[in-house]
Amino acid sequence: MDLKFSNAEPFAEEREAIDRRLGGPGEGGWHGGERDEQDHRRAHTGHAARSRRHLVMEALHAVNDRVGWISPGALNYIGKRLSVSAADVYSVATFYALFSTNPRPKRVVHVCTDIACMARGSKEVCASLEKRLGPASAMTGWKHSPCLGVCERAPAAMAVEAGDPPHEHLIGPATVEEVVLALNVGPAALAAEAPPMMAVPQAGQEGLMLLKRVGRVDPESIDDYLATDGYAGLRRAFEMGPGQVISEVKESRLMGRGGAAFPAGIKWESTAKQPATPRYLVCNADESEPGTFKDRAILEGDPFALIESMTIAGYAIGAERGYIYLRGEYPRAFRMLRNAIERVRERGFLGADILGTGWSFELEIRRGAGAYICGEETAIFNSIEGYRGEPRSKPPFPFEQGLFNKPTVVNNVETLCNVPLIMQIGGAQYAKIGTEGSTGPKLFCVSGNLVRPGVYEVPFGATLGEVLELAGGVPQGRTLQAVLFGGAAGGFVRADELHIPLTFEGARANATTLGSGVVLAFDDTVDLSGILLRIASFFRDESCGQCVPCRVGTVRQEEALLRIMHNGHDAAAKGRDIRILRDVGLVMKDSSICGLGQAAWNAVESAIDRLGVLEESKSR
Amino acid sequence: MNVHYTGATDTPVRQITITIDGKEVSVPEGSTILTACNAAGKDTPTLCYGDTLTPKNACRVCMVELEGSRVLVPSCSRKVQPGMVVKTDSERVRHSRRLVLELLGSSVDLSTTPRIPEWMERYDADPDRYGERAGESRRRDVHEPGEHHAGDGSVADTMCQPIKIDNDLYVRDYSKCILCYKCVDACGSQWQNSFAIQIAGRGFDSQISTEYAAELPDSACVFCGNCVEVCPTGALSFKSEYDMREEGTWDESQQTQTTTVCTYCGVGCNVNLHVQDNKIVKVTSPHDHDIGHGNLCIKGRFGFSHVQSRKEDGDG
Repeated sequence: MDLKFSNAEPFAEEREAIDRRLGGPGEGGWHGGERDEQDHRRAHTGHAARSRRHLVMEALHAVNDRVGWISPGALNYIGKRLSVSAADVYSVATFYALFSTNPRPKRVVHVCTDIACMARGSKEVCASLEKRLGPASAMTGWKHSPCLGVCERAPAAMAVEAGDPPHEHLIGPATVEEVVLALNVGPAALAAEAPPMMAVPQAGQEGLMLLKRVGRVDPESIDDYLATDGYAGLRRAFEMGPGQVISEVKESRLMGRGGAAFPAGIKWESTAKQPATPRYLVCNADESEPGTFKDRAILEGDPFALIESMTIAGYAIGAERGYIYLRGEYPRAFRMLRNAIERVRERGFLGADILGTGWSFELEIRRGAGAYICGEETAIFNSIEGYRGEPRSKPPFPFEQGLFNKPTVVNNVETLCNVPLIMQIGGAQYAKIGTEGSTGPKLFCVSGNLVRPGVYEVPFGATLGEVLELAGGVPQGRTLQAVLFGGAAGGFVRADELHIPLTFEGARANATTLGSGVVLAFDDTVDLSGILLRIASFFRDESCGQCVPCRVGTVRQEEALLRIMHNGHDAAAKGRDIRILRDVGLVMKDSSICGLGQAAWNAVESAIDRLGVLEESKSR
Repeated sequence: MNVHYTGATDTPVRQITITIDGKEVSVPEGSTILTACNAAGKDTPTLCYGDTLTPKNACRVCMVELEGSRVLVPSCSRKVQPGMVVKTDSERVRHSRRLVLELLGSSVDLSTTPRIPEWMERYDADPDRYGERAGESRRRDVHEPGEHHAGDGSVADTMCQPIKIDNDLYVRDYSKCILCYKCVDACGSQWQNSFAIQIAGRGFDSQISTEYAAELPDSACVFCGNCVEVCPTGALSFKSEYDMREEGTWDESQQTQTTTVCTYCGVGCNVNLHVQDNKIVKVTSPHDHDIGHGNLCIKGRFGFSHVQSRKEDGDG
């Protein structure tokens, strides 16, 4: 390959940051030394460099973490080192919201303005920040952000300071003073983050299965993990052999917890049967659905559980390598996972010849960089491979051609974390938990206007009302207005529908969806049309732009909602706009490439048809 | 991966039979539903489909209804399987095609896209119902993914932006761009391997771009013009054509096309010379030719001006 680059050179600290991640010049890829006039600014590199394309995102992170933005020189240097054209690196860098290709200050605070935070005062925080610091923009140092996954402590913010090492800090509930402090002095000056157990109001209770260790063990200690049944599941799996592990998971009828509810055992079996190797395991920890924070509770509170679960899954499907794709906005989860991987490797639970079985398995964490779409099961492959997180067309499906076009299992964090339990009690016993159609324990992300928001574990079968009661119900003196299931891609239900059982079949029977387990309650103080607009705005921002229905449809959806809200009194105009919403919604649902576009109209549709929200705004 | 043309092979190709709008049609194994639709005489609108490129199925105008599928499927990329039952004119298909045309028509200048008026009429599309179109944006080359200014919905957001004329050979009018990826694929690994352009940004704010929107002469562009060859909307056009359109002298009804062999080297690429008023006005390349598959280099594509530098001023 004969690539042409401009003359822009990296700054010393950019070069150093990239070399540290990719290895020094000469260790594969272009040598990176001085170049003369003879070579016409071209990099001549071979297969060795091109096979490292998947490190593009990692290299961009290295620069962005160190300097705060990615200069043309740094971009060129990444391209030369990895044999990727400058236009190509630029296209990746400009896809992800946490990367900046424009100069900006080292300190930036991302203030969440998404639905769960909107219900708990983020608008007021933003209004005060605007007065104090000026309008939100990279240059004033504070930016609006989609859901940060800290909904139990809403309103949330994430403070970032580029440097060596960079500082990242989740703030919740965020105050104007803290944001200003993080900007003026740095995130290091902030009070320590609330401990992981604060996300789990049930922490320490007897009978928990998925959250049993949260708050009871030190999430950084492998000894604590081993002392609380840790790695009993893997030992049991090794006794069974891969085929039996898959049989048990099939018998457990474990369904995916990421939103699509696909049977995990069938996914594993069809991947394991593929003749092509290597096979890969990908853990989808890109938890970005607005209102979802259950995976964060596990990753921060019991990170070893995920590592063990992935080792079992990797063993079952015959994978040699697994990737944890973690959303970029989870700094503490990243630290916890990195530590956990190092500790288990020291003890021989990961790496070559695990526990003397002769089987080897490696795990790698890949950080996302602010793109909801990367939680889509094929977009996640592109992102890990160093491309824009654009979904692929299916077929072929991941079990046939997934990561690096090899057979791949993609499972959500919570789904995987059920596996050690299945190993220990057996699939048949596991299937007795919950209901016929929805087996096992389930985590719900309960947030919004409730007394004790947080992650709650209940066996499948509890009703919406029971779960809201666990969280203490709406504060005294307020009344429940509506509940959003499944996040922005889910649907609203009314306050009089508390009988709905929170099971896959129960949701289906009531024409709604559990999605990723979001139960977001809005009381009577919340302007639901504002929430709808935020959802529309979210999809417009997060659409990857690949297909027309979603790329333009999400824009037209937001515009129609804006018109309705600005002149709701004109009945004829409103009728036309609702017609537009339905028409655009249908084409997005029918003809978008992936689930993002197909679901981008769900919440708005349910708000119109089930809640009559836009009818209400007429009278206002 | 380059597209290979199905020429004569030793092994006979199995025929696959599917049903389209109630009638059976057989096509060779490995064909797409679009091929089958063509064989059945169904006129299917396409925009991002290119006969020399791997289907990207991004525009979603060729969608058809496939029995058993929850969503519609892109006919340009979905391979036929025995027994498929396809509808090309159901209410869902018509709705989807209408909306895709409306969404594109409301956001992109389709004035030089072939067949658009015909399709708009066929599917009863009304791109004007989304409101007055927003004016020119000068920020489309600034990428801040995840952020946008929402406005009040009174105007429909568009691709409208200043035209890019930064060289003497071709012009980029991205107000006409439907982001079909064909130029990116032609410039990249599918044909030219120059990798000068890619999609930058995200969502509606995406834009075909060089790194940091550098001008083409400063980019990796080699001016082969193969991107212009595949552009379906006229967003990319030869400078010669662009200038004549601006002057109002471009008239395809007065043009002839002559296919000949490029004389610059021994490879043997074929060139189509488009001639108006006895002057070459642009050069394209036949897509079905075994050597070039529609591709040329800068010399074959743009090196024609010497042909018409006649000494008409009486000095020779």
